[in-house]
Amino acid sequence: MDNSINIAAEEKNQPLQHDEHRDDEASKMGMWLFLFTELLLFGGLFLVYTIYRFMNAEAFEHAGMELNTNLGTVNTIVLITSSYTAALSIVAVRHKQYIKAKYLLWVTIFFAMFFMVVKYFEWSAKISHGLFPGMEEFLNLPPGEGLFFFLYFFMTGLHALHIIIGSVFIGFVIYYIDKGTIKHDDYVVLENAGLYWHIVDVIWIFLFPLFYLIA
Amino acid sequence: MDNHSHNDHSAFKINTLVWGSLYALTIISVWVTHFDLTTFAVAVALGVASVKAVLVAAYFMHLKFESKILSIMVIVTLLVFTTFIILTLIDYSNR
Amino acid sequence: MTSSTIDLNDRGYLSSEKKSGIGAWIFSTDHKRIGLLYLYSIAIFFSVAVFLGFLMKLELIAPGETIMKAETYNRTFTMHGVLMIFLFIIPGIPAVFGNIMLPLMIGAKDVAFPRLNLLSWYFYIGGAIIAISALFFGEGLADTGWTFYAPYSVKTGTNVSTAVFAAFILGFSSILTGLNFLTTIHRMRAPGMDWFKMPLFVWSLYATSWIQILATPIVGITLLMIIAERVLGIGLFDPALGGDPILYQHLFWIYSHPAVYIMILPAMGVISETIPVFSRRKIFGYKAVVYSSLAIAFVGYLVWGHHMFTTGMSGPALIVFSILTFLVAIPSAVKVFNWIATMYKGSIDMQAPMLFSLGFIFLFMIGGFTGLVAGALASNVHIHDTSFVVGHFHYVMFGGTGFGFFAAMHYWLPKVYGRMYNTKRAKTSFWIIIIGFNMLYFSMLILGIMGMPRRYYDYLPEFHNLNIVSTVGSWIMITGLILMIYNLVVGANSGAKAGKNPWKALTLEWTTQSPPIEENFDEIPRVEHGPYDFHLINQENDG
Repeated sequence: MDNSINIAAEEKNQPLQHDEHRDDEASKMGMWLFLFTELLLFGGLFLVYTIYRFMNAEAFEHAGMELNTNLGTVNTIVLITSSYTAALSIVAVRHKQYIKAKYLLWVTIFFAMFFMVVKYFEWSAKISHGLFPGMEEFLNLPPGEGLFFFLYFFMTGLHALHIIIGSVFIGFVIYYIDKGTIKHDDYVVLENAGLYWHIVDVIWIFLFPLFYLIA
Repeated sequence: MDNHSHNDHSAFKINTLVWGSLYALTIISVWVTHFDLTTFAVAVALGVASVKAVLVAAYFMHLKFESKILSIMVIVTLLVFTTFIILTLIDYSNR
Repeated sequence: MTSSTIDLNDRGYLSSEKKSGIGAWIFSTDHKRIGLLYLYSIAIFFSVAVFLGFLMKLELIAPGETIMKAETYNRTFTMHGVLMIFLFIIPGIPAVFGNIMLPLMIGAKDVAFPRLNLLSWYFYIGGAIIAISALFFGEGLADTGWTFYAPYSVKTGTNVSTAVFAAFILGFSSILTGLNFLTTIHRMRAPGMDWFKMPLFVWSLYATSWIQILATPIVGITLLMIIAERVLGIGLFDPALGGDPILYQHLFWIYSHPAVYIMILPAMGVISETIPVFSRRKIFGYKAVVYSSLAIAFVGYLVWGHHMFTTGMSGPALIVFSILTFLVAIPSAVKVFNWIATMYKGSIDMQAPMLFSLGFIFLFMIGGFTGLVAGALASNVHIHDTSFVVGHFHYVMFGGTGFGFFAAMHYWLPKVYGRMYNTKRAKTSFWIIIIGFNMLYFSMLILGIMGMPRRYYDYLPEFHNLNIVSTVGSWIMITGLILMIYNLVVGANSGAKAGKNPWKALTLEWTTQSPPIEENFDEIPRVEHGPYDFHLINQENDG
């Protein structure tokens, strides 16, 4: 294994007996490991999508036409931009620009809510056509199309849940900046919130083409 | 812990450049669907998505500037996931 | 270097002046207390699961209905599997001995995220409660087998959703443990402990943790899909609606095969600790053991299809999975060679941990060989879903991980409690267990080849005699287990003081008092020699 690991361990040798038990690298590593589990969680669904699209290619393409590519594109841009503002907030904190940082994080949450509103409209449109799993129109779908819609609702729904969690996480971070717990030289919690947020973005980056660019 | 020190200006520039690229790539991936790429459609879409994901990971998530061990972990994770897809497809593509 | 600081409280972390009562335990973030919380909860569920096994064997002592109906038998073996796999074997060694020993072995004060550690135990208890609650409402316990195969798991009226939701919650426990251990190992080793100076048990926990992180989420999402399917009737695994029941099996085994490596790698890690100590010799091929652990973890992701050879996969898939299965046997064999080579020309001390370790090697090898029979396509057709498979996996899971757990208990409990159990009783219990074990499970191997199906409560008359042998074997084995546990409990409570290092081992956990103080060490140690450098060290007498 390469030496940087040993160096990290040596650096870790620092004040172990003191009250400063801080290890930002460990904190970040812990978050990354958790993100891997999120990737694999969605990965299982991507696997199901892959196989069922392989088996039901035409059905998926046909079902895909029901989705509104424009709304999907808007949401993709919105999420990418929210990642941008989240990244900038870290730069701001590093430079002690706490008000700017909080503002950027509020903007991030705003974009998240915008995304959710668009999603709400998309879902209600489908549901009003009876296309939600268990509803009448859904049950009458040709074989394979039901699978598409199930995966659509399940994956975007699970993703939306993560948007909410991520927004709450960012909300806490804003609070911590306010309180002074997050500072220009102690901001790993902000970085971790950012990491979580970016994974939410990455997952959507793959959901978007698979559901919206299929036709 | 960062191995680079960047001033306010260059960090802003890099992030903005990445955001711009992500925006452009998104538009491209939508534009491309107007052409009939048949079997390559999926590959192109996923390819563009992968480039976007790498940009987000390397810059927004700061992987490019973090300790190498994190990047290795990411690669191992992606490798394991890819093998799941490949092995399962070996079953289905031969049925 | 021995520390001369006298700890006022020679019960170390087991008692504390600051807090007392049950709250001091169930809210504790001390890795040693959390490890014991796991030990006590696991002991309870293990005992229940053993009892269910006892009932199953009792049913099988004669053809036809003996003590229960078919439906009850189905629920019994389902619960037996769920309890044993999700509540005993998967958490087992990592949650108990990983938690207690890992920080000690690397010279750290605790794991990287002590509060997450406690949370993972809460998830464990939560999952357990949910699993058991299935007994008390609706149509009762699930009757699908612990594998929950679609379409039956989607259609049956029994409490499948509850059972799989319990497994989902338990998955979080496993993931958090793995996350914690990986970060701890990367970041908290004592000065001087390079990667290749780590004890092999630590390496095994490292490899295991990667599997916990990467494989568990897949079964998590799969179980959610079963619940969704039961509630919404989408046709996820229904061919008429474009789905495929085999896809469920793929998803399930993508986790559950790596899961068996979560089970066995820590046990192998324990054996890699005990064999050198009780042979007074450096481990043969330290790096080979390291690389083989990582290889098992990685290749283990690639073989899941061997659980599905007869269910409908395509030809190329069958061949690929069979070849990969044979491949994964190689690193396991490497380890066995290394252990044996370590013992060669060593000075063998037949203490109880060594007996259980040798038992492990013997039983795991039988399990491994029978695994090859199962992994070869032609023979698999003959033995799939027969009692041969049941014999095989009990040899590896119970003879392997189970005995590894027992070896770990006999090796480390003197450190955990500061007291030594009765050695003679320990050894006696070992012999009773292993004799009963082989009667119980070797019979199953033969019965399976003869054609007796698994998961059936009834069988043809020609299988009767061996079933009697098997059931009687279960009684003998359970007697041995009771004696073993009794001996360990009495020893922990009132055995002779064990001292710092009763086994004269060289890893860091033996340099601190038994039981350890709350912070583990008076000072963080500096590591100068390797974990098995018996040839370099002259041991002072401690005790």
